[in-house]
Amino acid sequence: MSAPTRTPAGAPSAVGGPGGRIGDDARRPDGVLKVRGEFAYGSDLWMDDMLWGVTLRSPHPYARIRSIDVGPALAVPGVHAVLTSDDVPGEKVYGLELADQPVLAFDVVRYQGEPVALVAADHPDTARRAAARIVVDYDVWEPVTDARVALGHPTWNQVHDSPAEVTELSRESADLHPHGNLVRHLKVRRGAPAPTADVVVVGEYEVGMQDQAFLGPESGLAVPGEDGGVDLYVATQWLHVDQRQICAALALPPERVRLTLAGVGGAFGGREDLSMHVHACLLALHTGKPVKMSYNREESFFGHVHRHPATMRYEHGATRDGDLVYVKAEIYFDGGAYASSTPAVVGNGGTMGIGPYVVPNVHVDCYGAYTNNPPCGAMRGFGSVQTAFAYEAQMDALAAELGMDPVELRCRNAMEQGSTTPTGQVVDSPAPVVELLRRLEAMPMPPAVPTGDDVDLRDMPGGVSNTTHGEGVRRGVGYAVAYKNVAFSEGFDDYSTARVRLEVVGGEAVATVHTAAAEVGQGLVTVEQQIARTELGVEQVVVHPKDTAVGSAGSTSASRQTYVTGGAVKAACEAVRGQVLELAQRGVGRPVADLRLDGGKVVSDVEGIALPLADVLGEEVVEETVEWRHRPTESIDPETGQGFAHVQYAFSAHRAVVDVDVELGLVKVVEMACTQDVGKAINPQAVIGQIQGGTAQGLGLAVMEEILVRDGRVQNPSFTDYLIPTVLDMPPMRVEILEYADPHAPYGLRGVGEAPNISSGPAVLAAIRQATGLPLTRVPVRPEHVTGT
Amino acid sequence: MQFLQPATWAEALEAKAAHRDAVPIAGGTDVMVGINFGRLRPALLLDLTRVADLRQWDTDDGAVRLGAGVPYARVITELGDRLPGLAMAARTIGSPQIRNRGTVGGNLATASPAGDAHPALLAAGAEVEVASVRGTRTIPVTEFYRGVKRSALADDELIAAVRITPPSGPQQYSKIGTRNAMVIAVAAFGLALHPARRAVGTGIGSAAPTPRRAPAAEEFLAGELDGLWDSRAELPAATAARFGELVAAAAAPIDDVRGTARYRVHALSVMARRALTWAWLDYRKGDPTCA
Repeated sequence: MSAPTRTPAGAPSAVGGPGGRIGDDARRPDGVLKVRGEFAYGSDLWMDDMLWGVTLRSPHPYARIRSIDVGPALAVPGVHAVLTSDDVPGEKVYGLELADQPVLAFDVVRYQGEPVALVAADHPDTARRAAARIVVDYDVWEPVTDARVALGHPTWNQVHDSPAEVTELSRESADLHPHGNLVRHLKVRRGAPAPTADVVVVGEYEVGMQDQAFLGPESGLAVPGEDGGVDLYVATQWLHVDQRQICAALALPPERVRLTLAGVGGAFGGREDLSMHVHACLLALHTGKPVKMSYNREESFFGHVHRHPATMRYEHGATRDGDLVYVKAEIYFDGGAYASSTPAVVGNGGTMGIGPYVVPNVHVDCYGAYTNNPPCGAMRGFGSVQTAFAYEAQMDALAAELGMDPVELRCRNAMEQGSTTPTGQVVDSPAPVVELLRRLEAMPMPPAVPTGDDVDLRDMPGGVSNTTHGEGVRRGVGYAVAYKNVAFSEGFDDYSTARVRLEVVGGEAVATVHTAAAEVGQGLVTVEQQIARTELGVEQVVVHPKDTAVGSAGSTSASRQTYVTGGAVKAACEAVRGQVLELAQRGVGRPVADLRLDGGKVVSDVEGIALPLADVLGEEVVEETVEWRHRPTESIDPETGQGFAHVQYAFSAHRAVVDVDVELGLVKVVEMACTQDVGKAINPQAVIGQIQGGTAQGLGLAVMEEILVRDGRVQNPSFTDYLIPTVLDMPPMRVEILEYADPHAPYGLRGVGEAPNISSGPAVLAAIRQATGLPLTRVPVRPEHVTGT
Repeated sequence: MQFLQPATWAEALEAKAAHRDAVPIAGGTDVMVGINFGRLRPALLLDLTRVADLRQWDTDDGAVRLGAGVPYARVITELGDRLPGLAMAARTIGSPQIRNRGTVGGNLATASPAGDAHPALLAAGAEVEVASVRGTRTIPVTEFYRGVKRSALADDELIAAVRITPPSGPQQYSKIGTRNAMVIAVAAFGLALHPARRAVGTGIGSAAPTPRRAPAAEEFLAGELDGLWDSRAELPAATAARFGELVAAAAAPIDDVRGTARYRVHALSVMARRALTWAWLDYRKGDPTCA
């Protein structure tokens, strides 16, 4: 029946093979291991004498903790420790931007799934059973589950012709936190305060809560050190910001909290906040033993932040010719119980919330609120995904109102280099919005809706579930364009550190690149090798394990690592190269003109010199560590939102072609086409991969991905009911990559990962609207919305 | 947790008689999910994968006797011609990995209203062969489902096989999911035309506490087809539409995370109408199967 399982004898080396400079489709050093199932992820961490840690979580979205009795859990044989907030030696709250989230809940729990207590035991099942015996006495409160209600704001009544209502809050819900329920209110005020226009389009939109849905659950292993510190191996996104927060909670200095990146199975923003990090360290320090924690799938849904749900009201005014006169927008992000990165999400949503268009008059109010829903924070596209659904729907609605072609309307108002953004920032590098759209338009269309007896069910809405052979199927085509800031904004000191070493190993010059930049699957390890090969002219480049023994690389988020850590590696390589060329000239005994490193040699074409690098280096080890920053941004004016907030923009556009079974409300996306300006494709194959993945994630939000929350409780914490696209949902793609260099960025590159995630979903929605003739103002679109049931 | 691995059917029945709380496991596509999510913590697992008899199918007096342990993948590849409706249902199930593991017997044992095989079994008029140390009995599938995840199986019984008479007419199966593959049914519908006995079989999934037939729809359609079986004339559109309405009327769905009750009712009416249209077209072409 089934073949015996074989384990291959030798796992391939983690060192990248030959070739692979800037611009090449270099192979990933971890690619073979991952394809063969041999790559060690965080959940594979193991030590023989380790304990297993588990978390007891609140069953209530909002409650006061009267008491916690850990006695029954401690009495379970095999249990080594049971800890509560009282056992946290340092700061009892943590957070990325605001420290407001308890390491372990004390006094109050503010969301379902909030960690309350920890258990370490010699077997995970023992730990789980013991955790279930902890007695927590809750005084259950009524949760506040609507962002506008939490802020005491009236419901919108401009579209629905009824009086505004303000919902009264209970005493507890009026202030989830001591500073109230408002996390941030961002205002953009530009142009006339009360503009008027020939044609006005108003719309209200809602985006549901998307999950990052990474496959590798939150996992790590904490090992107590002999110095009273701890070594934590963890799958994460930003080692140093983890370290800072762990140090504060443990009351330990950084040199005693050492982090090493474990294998990361996807992140998409969901690992930027702490999950089991402090918990495992607490248990390890308390028991003196290594402690492993690894969430199961259900716990994972409670163990990380999600994408902010949003409700948005937009008003677009234009001339009869189709020139945008003004945009007013009111945007609410539901941040859930704790701040996480809500302030920065509000920053993106507010500053870029009208899309890549030139608008003389802009009035935006963007709010982030606390509620008792699951905490929301970073996810790919970060505040721009939600608004793109709204502003692109508005552009289509405006085009319909004007009787214009939607692409024409977009091109007429498109941002270009030299344009001024709503925050008063002049776009100082290429912004090829028009070209992205025109190239999409020029692409051939996929074949028409299949009909007749020979339809392949896999081409139909519903797939092999056999719900239509063509009956009720209508085709639609939709366009969307988006832009996104790359790297951290609003004055954040955004830097990365790279240490590069060049030495002779076994007679060959080998470069080692050491950064703390988390490889989460995106391929930064490949890019680091490509840069070192390019700058140092060597073949062999070792990527040192990612850890806190080197300075911070910043977060693997905001499409920033190829730009910022790439920039740091480039700069460190340049410093190393300078020293090597110095050595070479010392060897020659005089300055040599036009000296460079190439093909493992120190070369001067002008002087006809080609010295083997191994000879030049000899016993020397050349090492340089560089801290590298992109040009600074500045915080925006709190009253007007004006300021140089963003260092770079990424632009992408999509055309979606869909077939909708309008009777059953089922959707088949037939084709996704994408154009994106990447400045310079450091690794074209990886760029295509990012575009395909980002497109799939955007498509998922458009038609299926949503964490359903009712009364503060998650209804579908599993991959049975939280659906992500399969191969029958995500169609083949046409992709065209533009490379207009950004003169401010290393190699002219632009961050790639997020933009396609932003423009994909709105294009799908536009196509479904065209196919159905329905307004469809909420995503994900469900069959009920299409069928009116 | 104890783990028993009987090598023969007789041993399996003895084990089940001795340990009535034992949870049988075959493909494990339901049981292991329950265990992994902490919702199922059986004291004893009874592994049936060593029992070779369960993994076989045979024909017996014109009927297919499908061993309870035959995975869906084999239903598709080996029985697509004989059991077209069940094979169509099997194609909608999970991923290739799930279809390699999951079994019709397991689907019956779990007796979830969303089980994909049930509407096809109901439409085909299948029988469930169950056994214990006390003996073997045959339960019509219409009497097998007793409530949400409850069946007519006694606590010392195991499912041996499903008996299905290959159809004398076309069968159809449709399922709604909110993605195009690997999805739990929001609603499902099975249809079998039985020209030999001038009857119609239906099965509804995910739209009532148990899988169920739509008897009024079956009677209505059998009546309408009375004059058409021989002439193979075109089916009036109004007949198909009315059939859809009657199927929908037989459902008693709820709102849940996968869909609203209203949508389920609506979707059933559309699925039933379309399935009938396709089945009748096949019948008119004289094509007994359409798998």
